[in-house]
Amino acid sequence: MAGELLNVDYGIGGITTHMKPGMEGDDLHSETMIVNFGPAHPATHGTVRIVAELSGEKIVDVDVDLGYLHRGFEKMCETVDYNQVMPYADRLNYVSPIINNVGWCLTIEKLLEIEVPKRAQYIRVIMSELSRISDHLTCLGASAMELGAFTVMLYMMQARELLWELIEYVTGARLTISYGRVGGLKDDLPADFGDRMLKAFEGVLHQLDNSDRLLSKNRIFIERMCDIAILTGEEAIDFSLTGPLLRASGVGYDVRKAFPYSSYEDFDFEVPVGKKGDNFDRFEVRFKEIYESIKICRQAIKNLPGGPIKVDDPHITLVSKDQVYNSIDGMINHFELVMYGVKPPKGDVYMQVEGGNGELGFYVVSDGTGKPYKCHVRAPSFIHMGAVRKMLIGANIADIVPTFGMVNMIGGECDR
Amino acid sequence: MQIAILVAKAFIIQQVILGLASFCTWVERKGSALIQDRIGANRAGVYWNPKNPLLKIFTPIVKVFGVLGVVNTLLNDAIKALLKEDFVPEGTSTFMHALGPFMAVLPVFLAYCVIPMAPDFEVAGYTIRMQIASLNTGVLFILAMGSIAVYGVVLAGWTGNNKFSLLGALRASAQMISYELAMGIAFATLILSYGTLDLYEIIEVQKSGWGINPLYYPTGILSFIILFIVGMAETKRGPFDMPESESELVAGYFTEYSGMKFLLFWLGEFAEIALFAIILTIFFFGGWHIPFVELPEGVWWAALVGHGVLMTKVVFFCVLQIVIRWTLPRFRYDHLMNLGWKGLLPLSLFNLMITAAIVLWGMNLS
Repeated sequence: MAGELLNVDYGIGGITTHMKPGMEGDDLHSETMIVNFGPAHPATHGTVRIVAELSGEKIVDVDVDLGYLHRGFEKMCETVDYNQVMPYADRLNYVSPIINNVGWCLTIEKLLEIEVPKRAQYIRVIMSELSRISDHLTCLGASAMELGAFTVMLYMMQARELLWELIEYVTGARLTISYGRVGGLKDDLPADFGDRMLKAFEGVLHQLDNSDRLLSKNRIFIERMCDIAILTGEEAIDFSLTGPLLRASGVGYDVRKAFPYSSYEDFDFEVPVGKKGDNFDRFEVRFKEIYESIKICRQAIKNLPGGPIKVDDPHITLVSKDQVYNSIDGMINHFELVMYGVKPPKGDVYMQVEGGNGELGFYVVSDGTGKPYKCHVRAPSFIHMGAVRKMLIGANIADIVPTFGMVNMIGGECDR
Repeated sequence: MQIAILVAKAFIIQQVILGLASFCTWVERKGSALIQDRIGANRAGVYWNPKNPLLKIFTPIVKVFGVLGVVNTLLNDAIKALLKEDFVPEGTSTFMHALGPFMAVLPVFLAYCVIPMAPDFEVAGYTIRMQIASLNTGVLFILAMGSIAVYGVVLAGWTGNNKFSLLGALRASAQMISYELAMGIAFATLILSYGTLDLYEIIEVQKSGWGINPLYYPTGILSFIILFIVGMAETKRGPFDMPESESELVAGYFTEYSGMKFLLFWLGEFAEIALFAIILTIFFFGGWHIPFVELPEGVWWAALVGHGVLMTKVVFFCVLQIVIRWTLPRFRYDHLMNLGWKGLLPLSLFNLMITAAIVLWGMNLS
């Protein structure tokens, strides 16, 4: 069945009807209609095509067509050295680029069998959580907008703006920031970052409160989200969903808790879990996760240890400029690292982090040179899109919008 | 002379409609910006630096209008729409395609014919009633025009030759027809309590006191709530904008329209908002009467003041509708139908029965 709808050329205009076998015998002669959502449709933020077969307003069948944003991330990675992958990784889930950076760095560090200093780990946690908040804010805001609550979206964008200003303050860029480095970070936090962050959180919490009051107790909103696109915990596991989608179905799996990385074990936070696994639970889980992320950031900035932000190994991180200019081995190390990159030992490695959408995994094969031999990304969005058909069949045409919003497909990550 | 008066009245009332519709457009653009913490339209007209001293006089006005977005929303949008390509999709009748927006706007404008805009006044021996057609069945006329407006929507959706247009048109027609029932019954309730179908007389009944007589009436509040919800649904806006829900159906029934034809739909929609605000004002809030103040009859300035009072109330309800539209998310189609058929219709029938009983036992507003 899958793919059957895609094999017909529907064109763009015109009313095409589609006969289902067995429908002809009905007393009321009726035909289904096929509607093309996308690739350029206001509901499909990110380029994706959803071909829906409708009977009236009910969805009989759905086919999801991905790949419109394929850029060959995995192949591109084979042509550059490990640190140069960072800008590409930014463009995977471009709403939370730091998590991608951290994921990539951790993968290579696992391959190198090193651990970055505690301070770098804490900063990575803070920046990851800021990204996660902005990711969730974007997802929730966009979904609210698609349900007609445009105001909520702009409130959430304001909250996100506060966070992006923080990120800009640290990294100098807003969207594609390339903050991570193998073996550490690009830069340390500015001195007054903590105060700024706590102040920004006040603004974020204020806007969250506003949005919460506009949505969470709104009858229209609840009716549109509740009992739509239900996935049980078992089904969610079968589709190998992760992240908020899985947790909304009642399975409390979070990479940060299950396989703590980057000192996540030091922090005290909850993993919100839903009950029914419908869209409202997904919304709630994301909403609560924002509060948990804020909690983590507050703990991290309070207990932020001092010390370096890079491993002290000239074969992995750049040596100081002083050494480059004044010592022969410093000069050679710098040259080697810039020209040939970090050289991990032969072997392959898989490392996963908790991305905004779910488990973001990198699989890297190294042949001992400065460039990856092969690289693969386990992109949560891509895997989540597999469950969309199951979620949408039997739903209403209007349910495509909140369901797709809650799956939160990010084109850059899904199609890579 | 009678004809001249009629033409003048028609012209004035048309200007009132366009003024209200433009005002609603402006509130929609700039008011929504205010709600959403944005700046909103403010580009056009801000820069105004003419050499001509005559034009220089207008500098402060243009600056203020520019900053407030008046130039942008009222002048530039219209010019832009006029200059845009008039796109007609393939495989459809050009005439029918053009008829769609016309049919959607015309009934709304026609409905204004029976709306009294100001109290009667005398000029040079002529008693003038600011109402184009003094029908004694004005309420029914408004209902009829509301029903005809569906044709334009369906026509637009069908001639768009696009599945999204078609779905939007189907939704719009189903929505309008099912909400018309509740609206008709709510009107019937009011007619029962007023004992007249003439809009002018209905306003005159509310002359004394607060001028919100039907709200004292036990069933009046319920009719107001019903009529307010139904009105928002009939204008296909606010949380009821299913027919054009931009996230699902691109732009619903006017997906395939561009330029001025597209703008005509908006004009019709805003005129409809104003129409409903006027209906609410006339039925529930005393039309042009100021609470506890009685204006002299038949004087021109009293008519002017009355018109101002009416417009103030109308503007309040217009703004209220727009604020609701920017606050609430959209209904789902089947929830909307549930609300209409299972909620509002039984409620209005119940309301009608109670009112009928009260009227039977001798209570009447007039």
